[in-house]
Amino acid sequence: MIGAEFVALSLPPLLIGTFAAIACALPGNFLVLRRQALIGDAISHVVLPGIVVAFLVTGRIGTWPMMLGAAGAALISVALIELIRRLGRVDAGAAMGVTFTAMFAGGVLLLEQSDTSSVHLDVQHALYGNLESLIWLEAAGWKSLLDPVALAALPPELTRIAITLVAVIAFIRLLWRPLKISTFDEGFARAQGIPATLLGLALVVTAAAAAVAAFDAVGSIIVIAMFICPPAAARLMTQRLEAQIWWSVAFATLSAVLGYVLAGYGPLWLGGQNSVSAAGMIATVSGMILAAAALFAPHRKAS
Amino acid sequence: MLLDALLLQLGYNATLVALGAASLGVAAGATGTFLFLRKRSLVSDAISHATLPGIGLAFIVMVALGGDGRWLPGLLAGSALSALAGLVCVNWLTRNTRLAEDAAIGAVLSVFFGAGIVILTIIQTLSSGRQAGLESFLLGSTAGMLFSDALTLAIGGALVLALALVLRRPMIQVAFDPGFAETTGISVSRTDFLTMTLVMAITVVGLKIVGLIMIVALLIIPAVTARFWSNRAEHVVALAGLFGGLAGYVGAAISATAPALPTGPIIVLIGFALFAASLLVAPGRGVLAAAWRYRRFQQRLHLRQGLISLAQGQPVYERLTRRLLRREGYLRADNVITDEGRARAATVLRDEARWQAVRRSDSLALLAQQDDGMTDIASVLTSDQLAEIDARIGGPKAVTP
Repeated sequence: MIGAEFVALSLPPLLIGTFAAIACALPGNFLVLRRQALIGDAISHVVLPGIVVAFLVTGRIGTWPMMLGAAGAALISVALIELIRRLGRVDAGAAMGVTFTAMFAGGVLLLEQSDTSSVHLDVQHALYGNLESLIWLEAAGWKSLLDPVALAALPPELTRIAITLVAVIAFIRLLWRPLKISTFDEGFARAQGIPATLLGLALVVTAAAAAVAAFDAVGSIIVIAMFICPPAAARLMTQRLEAQIWWSVAFATLSAVLGYVLAGYGPLWLGGQNSVSAAGMIATVSGMILAAAALFAPHRKAS
Repeated sequence: MLLDALLLQLGYNATLVALGAASLGVAAGATGTFLFLRKRSLVSDAISHATLPGIGLAFIVMVALGGDGRWLPGLLAGSALSALAGLVCVNWLTRNTRLAEDAAIGAVLSVFFGAGIVILTIIQTLSSGRQAGLESFLLGSTAGMLFSDALTLAIGGALVLALALVLRRPMIQVAFDPGFAETTGISVSRTDFLTMTLVMAITVVGLKIVGLIMIVALLIIPAVTARFWSNRAEHVVALAGLFGGLAGYVGAAISATAPALPTGPIIVLIGFALFAASLLVAPGRGVLAAAWRYRRFQQRLHLRQGLISLAQGQPVYERLTRRLLRREGYLRADNVITDEGRARAATVLRDEARWQAVRRSDSLALLAQQDDGMTDIASVLTSDQLAEIDARIGGPKAVTP
């Protein structure tokens, strides 16, 4: 198992899954604390119309058009939710429900209307991604990790999610204090001169960027699960935000690795022949972790 | 073509789908209203995503028992069971841990959906020939809908609607004031659970047509739309049923006119169009009505300030005020006050003096709090009280510019 085959077939998806999980879990910590957990849900639904529109405009499946389209759709949805909430005096949950279902429906309709049979773009792919197919054929073993020619053939998704992860970490590291203060006490943050509204928007944009990059590689189902489950489980483990962040990173990594391994090898151990959906399994494992935390974690009750 | 579709002239299948979608829309709209008034709309998102593992497991069980895995009532029963499990999880997480409801909803929907996808991939490997069809529950599909499917929809929808109507009083009470409802002997947790069960039933019934991702739209959008048109809970429920039925019927009809128009998304988008139109034009809560009210308020305020200035012999320079005064005939084109303006200014000034008298008076000072600059004093005080004040401060004084 640990050999050339592992490096070529399993290492890239494992890394992509782990990076995606951490990139979503980090902003998820703040979203859960701010009671905006479902923003991640909304964003991951509206990514579909964004990608379809980008495809219709450019006529091909390119990385940057897709990313920009998805990010644009995420921003439009956030603006629309806020608009409906303010103008219609509707509660945030309902405004969210109206917006993301309508935009998702628009995406499905556009997809059916346009000729996408020649390219790999369909709803199933959008939902569960294709983690298993992100393989590194040029790798000939561990030494390929030092071979520039082979490294150049790494799946592009890996580079993209790695850059996104670094950007997310930088955002949280640089804005740590204002983020922490405005998350727990927005009024106090304003009194300190922190632009809390702007910071909240920046957080949502960061979450959207993480969602879009992760979505590209692993599908929207992991994105929602990782936004919420690892931070929620971490919330039950500790009272300190610093510790919570570390716990959530650990839970996200554990979900990604364990989920991938169970999906790939679990059925073989049970006597089956084919693997199951890695994205679905990663989400399931994160749910198991949350369930365990909800039952046994030291700070599971409000104190 | 569209007219044919709306008049049910496009053949047997299109007619079945339109009628089924309409009855689903009515039931979903009315039921979703209770969820919306309780401010828990997104619980339906968790419930709908939680149906997926049940569908897969029911398929596996039915195949294992030697039956046809795609038997609709069996699949729906399975989806109902797993939706119930999801609902119990949301409630348990919210009540027994420190997590807020939105985190619980998000966790349950993603985890159940992920587990469902794992089960679907297992089914694909189990019996490659017979797996077809389960994916259609994601986005819904109406092609090849049977009469029995339509009947299931109609009966299920009617049943849920009837239950919702029977239970509407306690559900509305809990939505508006759970504390008071508890004191009148209504169990809040049980009523909430009943509401959710109705939502779950609608989700299960609607899976086949609009799919589990978009059934949420049918529960939320009509309720939000109806809320713009009425402030009475019962009317909102009825209107939401109407809007939901309309979206279902028109959406199904439109989608029958061309092959590349999937039913579920069209229904959702019609519902959204109704919502957007209501957001704009509804009286009272609509955006245009609010803008118009704002403008009226602005005009009355400017007019009054302008008249007070004129009455005190001060010139008015502000352009909006001048325009308004001219339009009412209180100012001439060369900005000289007219007789009519003088009379009106005297009235405004006297009312102002009356308010001041009210404010100084011991017995009436409380009433003076209603003086926001816009309220007519005659609507606050009786004519006797006014006469008494006028006797003290004298009648209107002539205004001399």
